[in-house]
Amino acid sequence: MIIKGKVHKFGDDINTDDIIAAKYLVSTDAVELGRHCMETISPDFVSKVSPGDIIVAGKNFGCGSSREHAPLAIKGCGVSAVVAKSFAAIFFRNAINIGLPFLEMGKIEQINEGDSLEIDLDSGIIKNLSQNQIYKTQAFPKFLQEIVGEGGLMSWIKSKRSG
Amino acid sequence: MAYTISEKILMAHAGKKDISPGEFIEANVDVALGNDITAPIAIAEFKKAGFTKVFNKNKIVLVPDHFAPAKDLKSANQCKILANFAKEQGIKNYFEIGCMGIEHALLPELGLVLPGDLVIGADSHTCTYGALGCYSTGVGSTDLARAFVDGKIWLKVPASVKFIYTGKLNKWAGGKDLILFTIGKIGVDGALYKSMEFAGPVIKKLGMDDRFSMSNMAIEAGARAGLIEPDEITKKYVAGFKRKSRFYKSDPDANYEKIYEWDTTKIEPQVACPHLPSNVKGVSELSDVKLDQVVIGSCTNGRISDLRIAAKILKGKKIKAGLKLIVIPATQKIYLEAVREGLAEIFVRAGGVFSTPTCGPCLGGHVGILTEGEVALATTNRNFIGRMGSPKSFVYLSNPAVAAASAIRGKIIHPEAL
Repeated sequence: MIIKGKVHKFGDDINTDDIIAAKYLVSTDAVELGRHCMETISPDFVSKVSPGDIIVAGKNFGCGSSREHAPLAIKGCGVSAVVAKSFAAIFFRNAINIGLPFLEMGKIEQINEGDSLEIDLDSGIIKNLSQNQIYKTQAFPKFLQEIVGEGGLMSWIKSKRSG
Repeated sequence: MAYTISEKILMAHAGKKDISPGEFIEANVDVALGNDITAPIAIAEFKKAGFTKVFNKNKIVLVPDHFAPAKDLKSANQCKILANFAKEQGIKNYFEIGCMGIEHALLPELGLVLPGDLVIGADSHTCTYGALGCYSTGVGSTDLARAFVDGKIWLKVPASVKFIYTGKLNKWAGGKDLILFTIGKIGVDGALYKSMEFAGPVIKKLGMDDRFSMSNMAIEAGARAGLIEPDEITKKYVAGFKRKSRFYKSDPDANYEKIYEWDTTKIEPQVACPHLPSNVKGVSELSDVKLDQVVIGSCTNGRISDLRIAAKILKGKKIKAGLKLIVIPATQKIYLEAVREGLAEIFVRAGGVFSTPTCGPCLGGHVGILTEGEVALATTNRNFIGRMGSPKSFVYLSNPAVAAASAIRGKIIHPEAL
Protein backbone atom coordinates (compact mmCIF):
# COMPACT_ATOMS: atom_id res chain seq x y z
CA MET A 1 0.00 0.00 0.00
CA ILE A 2 1.35 3.44 -1.00
CA ILE A 3 0.49 6.57 0.97
CA LYS A 4 1.27 10.08 -0.18
CA GLY A 5 0.90 13.31 1.78
CA LYS A 6 2.23 16.49 3.26
CA VAL A 7 4.02 16.44 6.65
CA HIS A 8 2.76 17.94 9.91
CA LYS A 9 5.46 17.71 12.57
CA PHE A 10 5.06 17.19 16.30
CA GLY A 11 7.52 16.73 19.18
CA ASP A 12 8.18 13.97 21.73
CA ASP A 13 5.65 12.38 24.11
CA ILE A 14 2.51 13.54 22.29
CA ASN A 15 -0.10 12.06 24.62
CA THR A 16 -3.65 10.90 24.02
CA ASP A 17 -5.05 13.97 25.83
CA ASP A 18 -3.18 16.09 23.26
CA ILE A 19 -4.54 14.01 20.40
CA ILE A 20 -8.14 14.10 21.64
CA ALA A 21 -9.16 15.82 24.89
CA ALA A 22 -11.31 13.84 27.32
CA LYS A 23 -14.25 16.22 26.96
CA TYR A 24 -14.80 14.86 23.45
CA LEU A 25 -14.87 11.20 24.53
CA VAL A 26 -18.66 11.34 24.67
CA SER A 27 -18.54 10.58 20.95
CA THR A 28 -17.31 7.46 19.19
CA ASP A 29 -17.62 8.89 15.66
CA ALA A 30 -14.25 9.26 13.89
CA VAL A 31 -15.31 12.30 11.86
CA GLU A 32 -16.68 14.10 14.91
CA LEU A 33 -13.57 13.23 16.95
CA GLY A 34 -11.41 14.30 14.01
CA ARG A 35 -12.75 17.84 14.24
CA HIS A 36 -10.93 18.20 17.58
CA CYS A 37 -7.71 16.32 16.82
CA MET A 38 -4.65 17.95 18.47
CA GLU A 39 -6.86 20.89 19.51
CA THR A 40 -5.20 21.37 22.92
CA ILE A 41 -1.66 21.74 21.61
CA SER A 42 -2.28 22.97 18.05
CA PRO A 43 -5.72 24.60 17.71
CA ASP A 44 -5.39 25.23 13.95
CA PHE A 45 -4.01 21.76 13.10
CA VAL A 46 -7.27 20.33 11.74
CA SER A 47 -7.81 23.32 9.45
CA LYS A 48 -4.34 22.78 7.94
CA VAL A 49 -4.79 19.06 7.21
CA SER A 50 -5.58 17.95 3.66
CA PRO A 51 -6.85 14.39 3.18
CA GLY A 52 -3.88 12.02 2.98
CA ASP A 53 -1.48 14.12 5.06
CA ILE A 54 1.05 12.50 7.36
CA ILE A 55 1.94 13.18 11.00
CA VAL A 56 5.67 12.95 11.79
CA ALA A 57 6.50 12.97 15.50
CA GLY A 58 9.20 12.25 18.06
CA LYS A 59 9.45 9.47 20.63
CA ASN A 60 6.61 7.84 22.61
CA PHE A 61 3.78 9.03 20.34
CA GLY A 62 0.34 8.33 21.80
CA CYS A 63 1.39 7.86 25.42
CA GLY A 64 -1.19 8.05 28.19
CA SER A 65 -4.70 6.72 28.02
CA SER A 66 -5.98 3.63 26.19
CA ARG A 67 -8.60 5.65 24.32
CA GLU A 68 -9.01 4.30 20.81
CA HIS A 69 -10.60 7.68 20.12
CA ALA A 70 -7.01 8.93 19.60
CA PRO A 71 -6.16 6.93 16.43
CA LEU A 72 -9.82 7.34 15.37
CA ALA A 73 -9.51 11.14 15.63
CA ILE A 74 -6.29 11.06 13.59
CA LYS A 75 -7.98 9.01 10.89
CA GLY A 76 -11.13 11.08 11.15
CA CYS A 77 -9.39 14.39 10.44
CA GLY A 78 -7.97 12.98 7.21
CA VAL A 79 -4.45 11.96 8.25
CA SER A 80 -3.38 8.83 6.37
CA ALA A 81 -0.36 7.70 8.40
CA VAL A 82 1.86 8.49 11.39
CA VAL A 83 5.65 8.25 11.33
CA ALA A 84 7.35 8.55 14.74
CA LYS A 85 10.58 7.71 16.53
CA SER A 86 8.62 5.36 18.79
CA PHE A 87 5.03 4.66 19.75
CA ALA A 88 3.44 4.09 23.15
CA ALA A 89 2.35 0.47 23.46
CA ILE A 90 -1.43 0.85 23.67
CA PHE A 91 -1.50 3.40 20.83
CA PHE A 92 0.61 0.96 18.79
CA ARG A 93 -1.91 -1.87 19.20
CA ASN A 94 -4.91 0.42 18.70
CA ALA A 95 -3.46 1.67 15.43
CA ILE A 96 -2.90 -1.92 14.26
CA ASN A 97 -6.38 -2.98 15.39
CA ILE A 98 -8.24 -0.16 13.64
CA GLY A 99 -5.98 -0.10 10.61
CA LEU A 100 -4.25 3.29 10.99
CA PRO A 101 -0.97 2.91 9.09
CA PHE A 102 2.19 3.91 10.98
CA LEU A 103 5.94 3.40 10.83
CA GLU A 104 8.81 3.80 13.28
CA MET A 105 11.72 5.84 12.01
CA GLY A 106 14.78 6.87 14.02
CA LYS A 107 15.98 10.02 12.33
CA ILE A 108 12.76 11.99 11.95
CA GLU A 109 14.84 15.21 12.24
CA GLN A 110 15.60 14.78 8.53
CA ILE A 111 11.97 15.44 7.68
CA ASN A 112 10.67 19.02 7.67
CA GLU A 113 7.23 20.48 8.22
CA GLY A 114 5.43 20.61 4.87
CA ASP A 115 7.63 18.01 3.10
CA SER A 116 5.83 15.65 0.73
CA LEU A 117 6.30 11.98 1.62
CA GLU A 118 5.50 8.78 -0.24
CA ILE A 119 5.31 5.76 2.07
CA ASP A 120 5.38 2.15 0.92
CA LEU A 121 3.91 0.28 3.88
CA ASP A 122 4.81 -3.18 2.61
CA SER A 123 8.51 -2.46 2.27
CA GLY A 124 8.78 0.24 4.96
CA ILE A 125 10.44 2.61 2.50
CA ILE A 126 9.70 6.32 2.88
CA LYS A 127 10.48 8.66 -0.01
CA ASN A 128 10.87 12.33 0.82
CA LEU A 129 9.77 13.89 -2.47
CA SER A 130 10.60 17.43 -1.32
CA GLN A 131 14.20 16.58 -0.41
CA ASN A 132 14.71 13.75 -2.88
CA GLN A 133 15.72 11.41 -0.05
CA ILE A 134 14.91 7.80 0.75
CA TYR A 135 14.59 6.42 4.30
CA LYS A 136 14.44 2.71 5.07
CA THR A 137 12.34 1.64 8.05
CA GLN A 138 11.38 -1.71 9.48
CA ALA A 139 8.22 -3.22 7.97
CA PHE A 140 5.77 -4.77 10.48
CA PRO A 141 6.40 -8.28 11.80
CA LYS A 142 4.47 -10.96 9.92
CA PHE A 143 1.82 -11.46 12.61
CA LEU A 144 0.91 -7.78 12.61
CA GLN A 145 0.95 -7.59 8.80
CA GLU A 146 -1.62 -10.35 8.84
CA ILE A 147 -3.99 -8.28 11.02
CA VAL A 148 -3.39 -5.10 9.03
CA GLY A 149 -3.79 -7.06 5.79
CA GLU A 150 -7.23 -8.21 6.86
CA GLY A 151 -8.19 -4.57 7.53
CA GLY A 152 -7.96 -4.65 11.31
CA LEU A 153 -8.50 -6.98 14.25
CA MET A 154 -12.25 -7.59 13.93
CA SER A 155 -12.04 -8.53 10.23
CA TRP A 156 -9.03 -10.71 11.07
CA ILE A 157 -10.86 -12.59 13.83
CA LYS A 158 -13.92 -12.99 11.60
CA SER A 159 -11.92 -14.52 8.78
CA LYS A 160 -9.97 -16.67 11.25
CA ARG A 161 -13.15 -18.06 12.75
CA SER A 162 -14.87 -18.69 9.43
CA GLY A 163 -11.71 -20.19 7.93
CA MET B 1 14.88 -22.21 31.44
CA ALA B 2 14.32 -19.43 33.95
CA TYR B 3 11.41 -17.02 33.68
CA THR B 4 10.11 -13.83 35.24
CA ILE B 5 6.70 -13.77 36.87
CA SER B 6 5.27 -11.98 33.78
CA GLU B 7 6.65 -14.63 31.45
CA LYS B 8 5.27 -17.44 33.62
CA ILE B 9 1.76 -15.97 33.65
CA LEU B 10 1.79 -15.31 29.91
CA MET B 11 3.14 -18.79 29.20
CA ALA B 12 0.38 -20.41 31.27
CA HIS B 13 -2.33 -18.40 29.51
CA ALA B 14 -0.96 -19.02 26.03
CA GLY B 15 -0.58 -22.75 26.67
CA LYS B 16 3.11 -22.62 25.84
CA LYS B 17 6.09 -24.44 27.31
CA ASP B 18 8.56 -21.72 26.49
CA ILE B 19 8.35 -18.02 25.85
CA SER B 20 10.72 -15.20 25.08
CA PRO B 21 10.50 -11.40 24.91
CA GLY B 22 9.51 -10.04 21.50
CA GLU B 23 7.44 -13.10 20.64
CA PHE B 24 3.80 -12.65 19.57
CA ILE B 25 1.34 -14.84 21.42
CA GLU B 26 -2.39 -15.37 21.60
CA ALA B 27 -3.45 -15.80 25.21
CA ASN B 28 -6.66 -16.55 27.11
CA VAL B 29 -7.80 -13.83 29.47
CA ASP B 30 -9.34 -14.37 32.91
CA VAL B 31 -10.98 -10.96 32.95
CA ALA B 32 -11.85 -8.45 30.20
CA LEU B 33 -12.81 -5.00 31.48
CA GLY B 34 -14.42 -1.96 29.88
CA ASN B 35 -15.74 1.40 31.09
CA ASP B 36 -18.22 4.02 29.90
CA ILE B 37 -15.67 5.58 27.53
CA THR B 38 -14.09 2.49 26.00
CA ALA B 39 -16.80 -0.18 26.11
CA PRO B 40 -19.28 1.63 23.82
CA ILE B 41 -16.75 1.37 20.96
CA ALA B 42 -16.05 -2.27 21.83
CA ILE B 43 -19.74 -3.12 21.88
CA ALA B 44 -20.29 -1.33 18.55
CA GLU B 45 -17.34 -3.17 16.95
CA PHE B 46 -18.54 -6.51 18.34
CA LYS B 47 -21.98 -6.00 16.82
CA LYS B 48 -20.74 -4.44 13.58
CA ALA B 49 -18.68 -7.57 12.95
CA GLY B 50 -21.86 -9.62 13.28
CA PHE B 51 -21.25 -11.30 16.64
CA THR B 52 -24.18 -11.82 18.96
CA LYS B 53 -23.00 -13.72 22.04
CA VAL B 54 -19.98 -13.04 24.28
CA PHE B 55 -17.59 -15.95 24.90
CA ASN B 56 -18.19 -16.07 28.66
CA LYS B 57 -20.50 -13.70 30.48
CA ASN B 58 -18.71 -14.30 33.78
CA LYS B 59 -15.33 -13.09 32.58
CA ILE B 60 -16.49 -9.68 31.38
CA VAL B 61 -16.63 -6.70 33.72
CA LEU B 62 -18.28 -3.40 32.80
CA VAL B 63 -17.92 -0.33 35.02
CA PRO B 64 -19.34 3.08 34.16
CA ASP B 65 -16.99 5.25 36.22
CA HIS B 66 -15.35 7.94 34.10
CA PHE B 67 -18.30 10.22 33.37
CA ALA B 68 -20.65 8.52 35.85
CA PRO B 69 -22.96 9.41 37.52
CA ALA B 70 -23.74 10.63 34.00
CA LYS B 71 -22.42 14.15 33.67
CA ASP B 72 -24.51 15.06 30.64
CA LEU B 73 -26.84 13.61 28.03
CA LYS B 74 -24.09 12.15 25.86
CA SER B 75 -22.43 10.37 28.78
CA ALA B 76 -25.83 9.11 29.92
CA ASN B 77 -26.15 7.51 26.48
CA GLN B 78 -22.72 5.89 26.80
CA CYS B 79 -23.52 4.51 30.26
CA LYS B 80 -26.83 3.20 28.94
CA ILE B 81 -25.02 1.26 26.18
CA LEU B 82 -23.13 -0.64 28.91
CA ALA B 83 -26.27 -1.30 30.94
CA ASN B 84 -28.14 -2.59 27.88
CA PHE B 85 -25.29 -4.82 26.74
CA ALA B 86 -24.90 -6.29 30.25
CA LYS B 87 -28.61 -7.06 30.37
CA GLU B 88 -28.72 -8.52 26.87
CA GLN B 89 -25.65 -10.74 27.46
CA GLY B 90 -26.39 -11.66 31.07
CA ILE B 91 -23.17 -10.07 32.32
CA LYS B 92 -23.55 -9.93 36.09
CA ASN B 93 -20.38 -7.94 36.70
CA TYR B 94 -21.91 -4.70 35.54
CA PHE B 95 -21.81 -2.06 38.25
CA GLU B 96 -24.44 0.63 38.20
CA ILE B 97 -23.93 3.71 40.39
CA GLY B 98 -24.72 2.69 43.93
CA CYS B 99 -22.50 -0.34 43.67
CA MET B 100 -20.08 1.24 41.22
CA GLY B 101 -16.60 2.42 42.09
CA ILE B 102 -13.51 3.48 40.18
CA GLU B 103 -12.80 0.29 38.25
CA HIS B 104 -9.20 -0.21 39.40
CA ALA B 105 -10.16 0.07 43.06
CA LEU B 106 -13.39 -1.89 42.63
CA LEU B 107 -12.14 -5.04 40.90
CA PRO B 108 -9.48 -5.97 43.49
CA GLU B 109 -11.86 -5.08 46.33
CA LEU B 110 -14.43 -7.57 45.00
CA GLY B 111 -11.85 -10.25 44.23
CA LEU B 112 -12.64 -10.11 40.52
CA VAL B 113 -8.90 -9.96 39.75
CA LEU B 114 -6.52 -12.31 41.51
CA PRO B 115 -2.85 -13.29 41.66
CA GLY B 116 -1.78 -15.27 38.60
CA ASP B 117 -4.55 -13.91 36.36
CA LEU B 118 -4.19 -12.50 32.89
CA VAL B 119 -6.33 -9.38 32.87
CA ILE B 120 -6.99 -7.01 30.01
CA GLY B 121 -8.86 -3.77 30.37
CA ALA B 122 -9.75 -1.08 27.89
CA ASP B 123 -8.26 1.48 30.23
CA SER B 124 -4.59 2.30 30.50
CA HIS B 125 -4.52 2.03 34.30
CA THR B 126 -5.50 -1.64 34.15
CA CYS B 127 -1.85 -2.20 35.09
CA THR B 128 -2.94 -1.43 38.69
CA TYR B 129 -3.74 -5.10 39.41
CA GLY B 130 -0.10 -6.06 38.84
CA ALA B 131 0.24 -5.24 42.53
CA LEU B 132 -1.51 -8.57 43.19
CA GLY B 133 1.00 -10.51 41.12
CA CYS B 134 -1.11 -10.89 38.01
CA TYR B 135 -0.30 -9.81 34.46
CA SER B 136 -2.69 -6.99 33.86
CA THR B 137 -2.49 -4.65 30.93
CA GLY B 138 -4.31 -1.79 29.25
CA VAL B 139 -5.61 -2.37 25.74
CA GLY B 140 -7.92 -0.61 23.30
CA SER B 141 -11.62 -0.94 22.61
CA THR B 142 -11.17 -3.20 19.58
CA ASP B 143 -9.01 -5.54 21.68
CA LEU B 144 -11.89 -5.68 24.15
CA ALA B 145 -14.36 -6.36 21.30
CA ARG B 146 -12.19 -9.25 20.16
CA ALA B 147 -11.96 -10.61 23.72
CA PHE B 148 -15.77 -10.50 23.86
CA VAL B 149 -15.73 -12.87 20.86
CA ASP B 150 -13.29 -15.57 21.98
CA GLY B 151 -11.68 -14.52 25.25
CA LYS B 152 -8.29 -14.03 23.65
CA ILE B 153 -5.79 -11.24 23.22
CA TRP B 154 -2.74 -10.88 20.99
CA LEU B 155 0.33 -9.82 22.92
CA LYS B 156 3.96 -9.17 22.24
CA VAL B 157 5.81 -10.67 25.19
CA PRO B 158 7.55 -7.78 26.94
CA ALA B 159 11.07 -7.87 28.33
CA SER B 160 11.11 -7.46 32.10
CA VAL B 161 12.88 -4.70 34.02
CA LYS B 162 13.41 -5.00 37.77
CA PHE B 163 13.29 -2.15 40.27
CA ILE B 164 14.74 -2.92 43.70
CA TYR B 165 14.05 -0.54 46.58
CA THR B 166 16.22 -0.82 49.69
CA GLY B 167 16.73 1.17 52.89
CA LYS B 168 14.01 2.89 54.87
CA LEU B 169 10.95 4.71 53.68
CA ASN B 170 10.47 8.33 54.78
CA LYS B 171 7.63 8.80 57.26
CA TRP B 172 5.64 10.92 54.77
CA ALA B 173 6.44 8.88 51.68
CA GLY B 174 4.59 5.87 50.28
CA GLY B 175 3.98 3.88 47.11
CA LYS B 176 3.03 7.04 45.21
CA ASP B 177 6.39 8.62 46.01
CA LEU B 178 8.33 5.52 45.01
CA ILE B 179 6.62 5.39 41.63
CA LEU B 180 6.91 9.16 41.01
CA PHE B 181 10.59 8.95 41.94
CA THR B 182 11.02 6.03 39.53
CA ILE B 183 9.24 7.78 36.65
CA GLY B 184 11.30 10.89 37.37
CA LYS B 185 14.47 8.81 37.02
CA ILE B 186 13.59 6.80 33.91
CA GLY B 187 11.17 9.13 32.09
CA VAL B 188 7.72 8.69 30.55
CA ASP B 189 9.10 6.15 28.09
CA GLY B 190 11.72 4.72 30.44
CA ALA B 191 9.99 1.34 30.46
CA LEU B 192 8.38 1.53 27.01
CA TYR B 193 6.85 -1.83 26.16
CA LYS B 194 8.47 -3.46 29.22
CA SER B 195 7.03 -5.29 32.18
CA MET B 196 8.16 -3.54 35.36
CA GLU B 197 8.74 -5.64 38.45
CA PHE B 198 8.90 -3.86 41.81
CA ALA B 199 10.91 -5.68 44.46
CA GLY B 200 13.16 -5.35 47.47
CA PRO B 201 12.75 -4.98 51.24
CA VAL B 202 10.87 -1.67 50.99
CA ILE B 203 8.21 -3.24 48.76
CA LYS B 204 7.89 -6.25 51.07
CA LYS B 205 6.78 -3.88 53.84
CA LEU B 206 4.32 -1.90 51.72
CA GLY B 207 0.61 -2.44 52.30
CA MET B 208 -1.67 -3.34 49.38
CA ASP B 209 -3.02 0.20 48.89
CA ASP B 210 0.51 1.55 48.39
CA ARG B 211 1.33 -1.33 46.07
CA PHE B 212 -1.73 -0.54 43.95
CA SER B 213 -0.55 3.10 43.69
CA MET B 214 2.80 1.93 42.38
CA SER B 215 1.56 -0.57 39.82
CA ASN B 216 -1.14 1.91 38.76
CA MET B 217 1.43 4.34 37.37
CA ALA B 218 3.62 1.80 35.52
CA ILE B 219 1.87 3.02 32.36
CA GLU B 220 3.23 6.52 33.07
CA ALA B 221 6.68 5.08 32.35
CA GLY B 222 5.34 3.48 29.15
CA ALA B 223 5.21 -0.03 30.64
CA ARG B 224 2.77 -2.78 29.66
CA ALA B 225 2.54 -3.99 33.25
CA GLY B 226 3.90 -3.35 36.74
CA LEU B 227 4.07 -6.45 38.90
CA ILE B 228 4.84 -7.21 42.51
CA GLU B 229 5.57 -10.79 43.48
CA PRO B 230 2.75 -12.03 45.73
CA ASP B 231 3.72 -12.55 49.39
CA GLU B 232 2.00 -12.89 52.76
CA ILE B 233 0.46 -9.42 52.42
CA THR B 234 -1.04 -10.41 49.06
CA LYS B 235 -2.25 -13.74 50.40
CA LYS B 236 -3.99 -12.05 53.30
CA TYR B 237 -5.66 -9.57 50.92
CA VAL B 238 -7.11 -12.29 48.68
CA ALA B 239 -7.79 -14.84 51.42
CA GLY B 240 -11.56 -14.37 51.49
CA PHE B 241 -12.17 -14.63 47.76
CA LYS B 242 -13.78 -17.69 46.22
CA ARG B 243 -11.92 -18.03 42.93
CA LYS B 244 -8.49 -19.63 43.22
CA SER B 245 -5.31 -17.56 43.10
CA ARG B 246 -2.08 -18.75 41.50
CA PHE B 247 1.03 -17.40 43.18
CA TYR B 248 3.86 -17.10 40.66
CA LYS B 249 7.40 -16.08 41.54
CA SER B 250 10.23 -15.02 39.27
CA ASP B 251 13.06 -17.53 39.01
CA PRO B 252 16.28 -16.33 40.71
CA ASP B 253 18.16 -16.49 37.40
CA ALA B 254 15.33 -15.05 35.28
CA ASN B 255 16.34 -12.66 32.55
CA TYR B 256 15.91 -8.93 33.18
CA GLU B 257 16.78 -6.44 30.50
CA LYS B 258 17.84 -4.04 33.22
CA ILE B 259 17.92 -3.93 37.02
CA TYR B 260 17.70 -0.65 38.93
CA GLU B 261 18.43 -0.43 42.63
CA TRP B 262 17.69 2.59 44.80
CA ASP B 263 18.11 3.38 48.48
CA THR B 264 14.82 5.02 49.45
CA THR B 265 16.05 6.46 52.76
CA LYS B 266 16.58 9.93 51.30
CA ILE B 267 13.48 9.97 49.10
CA GLU B 268 11.22 12.71 50.44
CA PRO B 269 7.61 13.07 49.24
CA GLN B 270 7.71 13.61 45.47
CA VAL B 271 5.74 16.02 43.30
CA ALA B 272 5.32 15.74 39.53
CA CYS B 273 5.18 19.25 38.06
CA PRO B 274 3.33 20.30 34.90
CA HIS B 275 3.06 18.89 32.26
CA LEU B 276 4.51 15.37 32.52
CA PRO B 277 4.48 12.72 35.28
CA SER B 278 8.26 12.49 34.85
CA ASN B 279 8.83 16.15 35.73
CA VAL B 280 9.40 15.15 39.35
CA LYS B 281 10.89 17.16 42.21
CA GLY B 282 11.21 16.59 45.96
CA VAL B 283 8.41 18.52 47.71
CA SER B 284 10.89 20.75 49.56
CA GLU B 285 12.31 21.95 46.25
CA LEU B 286 9.00 23.68 45.52
CA SER B 287 8.80 26.89 47.46
CA ASP B 288 5.92 28.95 46.21
CA VAL B 289 3.36 27.02 44.19
CA LYS B 290 0.00 28.60 45.09
CA LEU B 291 -3.02 26.37 44.68
CA ASP B 292 -6.62 26.91 43.61
CA GLN B 293 -7.70 23.30 44.01
CA VAL B 294 -6.68 20.06 45.70
CA VAL B 295 -8.08 16.71 44.58
CA ILE B 296 -7.72 13.60 46.72
CA GLY B 297 -8.98 10.48 44.98
CA SER B 298 -8.65 8.47 41.72
CA CYS B 299 -7.56 4.91 40.91
CA THR B 300 -4.09 5.93 42.11
CA ASN B 301 -4.90 7.30 45.58
CA GLY B 302 -8.59 7.08 46.41
CA ARG B 303 -8.36 4.09 48.75
CA ILE B 304 -9.18 4.01 52.45
CA SER B 305 -5.58 4.32 53.65
CA ASP B 306 -5.15 7.38 51.40
CA LEU B 307 -8.23 8.99 52.95
CA ARG B 308 -7.04 8.11 56.45
CA ILE B 309 -3.69 9.83 55.86
CA ALA B 310 -5.41 12.94 54.49
CA ALA B 311 -7.95 13.03 57.33
CA LYS B 312 -5.26 12.73 59.97
CA ILE B 313 -3.67 15.91 58.64
CA LEU B 314 -6.94 17.78 58.08
CA LYS B 315 -8.54 16.87 61.42
CA GLY B 316 -9.62 20.01 63.28
CA LYS B 317 -8.08 22.25 60.61
CA LYS B 318 -9.52 24.52 57.93
CA ILE B 319 -8.32 24.61 54.37
CA LYS B 320 -7.04 27.92 52.99
CA ALA B 321 -9.89 30.34 52.30
CA GLY B 322 -10.83 30.31 48.62
CA LEU B 323 -9.21 26.95 47.90
CA LYS B 324 -11.36 24.09 46.59
CA LEU B 325 -10.77 20.71 48.21
CA ILE B 326 -12.43 17.73 46.52
CA VAL B 327 -12.20 14.32 48.15
CA ILE B 328 -13.44 11.32 46.16
CA PRO B 329 -13.45 7.86 47.71
CA ALA B 330 -12.81 5.31 44.98
CA THR B 331 -15.63 2.88 45.80
CA GLN B 332 -18.89 2.70 47.75
CA LYS B 333 -17.21 0.46 50.33
CA ILE B 334 -14.45 3.02 50.87
CA TYR B 335 -17.10 5.75 51.00
CA LEU B 336 -18.94 3.93 53.79
CA GLU B 337 -15.74 3.23 55.69
CA ALA B 338 -14.85 6.91 55.47
CA VAL B 339 -18.27 7.85 56.83
CA ARG B 340 -18.10 5.27 59.61
CA GLU B 341 -14.59 6.30 60.68
CA GLY B 342 -15.55 9.98 60.72
CA LEU B 343 -13.21 10.85 57.85
CA ALA B 344 -15.99 12.30 55.69
CA GLU B 345 -16.92 14.68 58.50
CA ILE B 346 -13.30 15.79 58.87
CA PHE B 347 -13.10 16.66 55.16
CA VAL B 348 -16.39 18.55 55.20
CA ARG B 349 -15.61 20.42 58.43
CA ALA B 350 -12.23 21.40 56.97
CA GLY B 351 -14.09 23.09 54.10
CA GLY B 352 -13.83 20.36 51.48
CA VAL B 353 -16.43 18.43 49.50
CA PHE B 354 -16.87 14.68 49.73
CA SER B 355 -18.07 13.15 46.46
CA THR B 356 -19.63 9.94 45.28
CA PRO B 357 -17.08 7.65 43.55
CA THR B 358 -16.08 8.74 40.03
CA CYS B 359 -12.94 9.29 37.95
CA GLY B 360 -14.36 12.80 37.58
CA PRO B 361 -11.73 15.53 37.56
CA CYS B 362 -8.73 13.23 37.03
CA LEU B 363 -9.32 13.25 33.28
CA GLY B 364 -11.13 16.56 33.14
CA GLY B 365 -14.53 14.87 33.11
CA HIS B 366 -16.55 16.56 35.83
CA VAL B 367 -16.64 17.33 39.60
CA GLY B 368 -13.88 19.94 39.59
CA ILE B 369 -12.75 21.17 36.18
CA LEU B 370 -10.02 23.81 36.15
CA THR B 371 -10.43 27.09 34.31
CA GLU B 372 -7.69 29.15 32.66
CA GLY B 373 -4.79 29.96 34.96
CA GLU B 374 -5.91 27.68 37.80
CA VAL B 375 -3.43 25.43 39.59
CA ALA B 376 -4.30 22.09 41.18
CA LEU B 377 -2.46 19.58 43.28
CA ALA B 378 -3.96 16.12 42.80
CA THR B 379 -3.29 12.61 44.03
CA THR B 380 -4.14 11.44 40.49
CA ASN B 381 -1.79 10.05 37.84
CA ARG B 382 -1.47 12.44 34.89
CA ASN B 383 -0.68 16.13 34.56
CA PHE B 384 -0.67 16.52 30.79
CA ILE B 385 -1.64 19.90 29.30
CA GLY B 386 -5.37 20.39 29.83
CA ARG B 387 -5.79 17.08 31.64
CA MET B 388 -8.08 18.58 34.33
CA GLY B 389 -9.76 21.16 32.14
CA SER B 390 -8.42 24.29 30.46
CA PRO B 391 -5.28 23.89 28.33
CA LYS B 392 -4.07 26.90 30.31
CA SER B 393 -4.43 25.25 33.73
CA PHE B 394 -1.72 23.45 35.71
CA VAL B 395 -1.74 20.11 37.52
CA TYR B 396 0.80 18.90 40.08
CA LEU B 397 0.75 15.29 41.34
CA SER B 398 1.55 14.09 44.86
CA ASN B 399 0.65 11.67 47.63
CA PRO B 400 -2.40 12.30 49.88
CA ALA B 401 -0.36 13.65 52.82
CA VAL B 402 1.23 16.39 50.72
CA ALA B 403 -2.15 17.12 49.12
CA ALA B 404 -3.91 17.49 52.49
CA ALA B 405 -1.18 19.64 54.05
CA SER B 406 -1.01 21.83 50.96
CA ALA B 407 -4.78 22.35 51.04
CA ILE B 408 -4.42 23.87 54.51
CA ARG B 409 -1.59 26.19 53.53
CA GLY B 410 -2.91 27.02 50.05
CA LYS B 411 0.42 26.19 48.46
CA ILE B 412 2.49 23.07 47.98
CA ILE B 413 4.26 22.20 51.23
CA HIS B 414 5.87 19.28 53.00
CA PRO B 415 3.43 17.84 55.58
CA GLU B 416 6.13 18.44 58.21
CA ALA B 417 5.94 22.18 57.57
CA LEU B 418 2.51 22.37 59.21
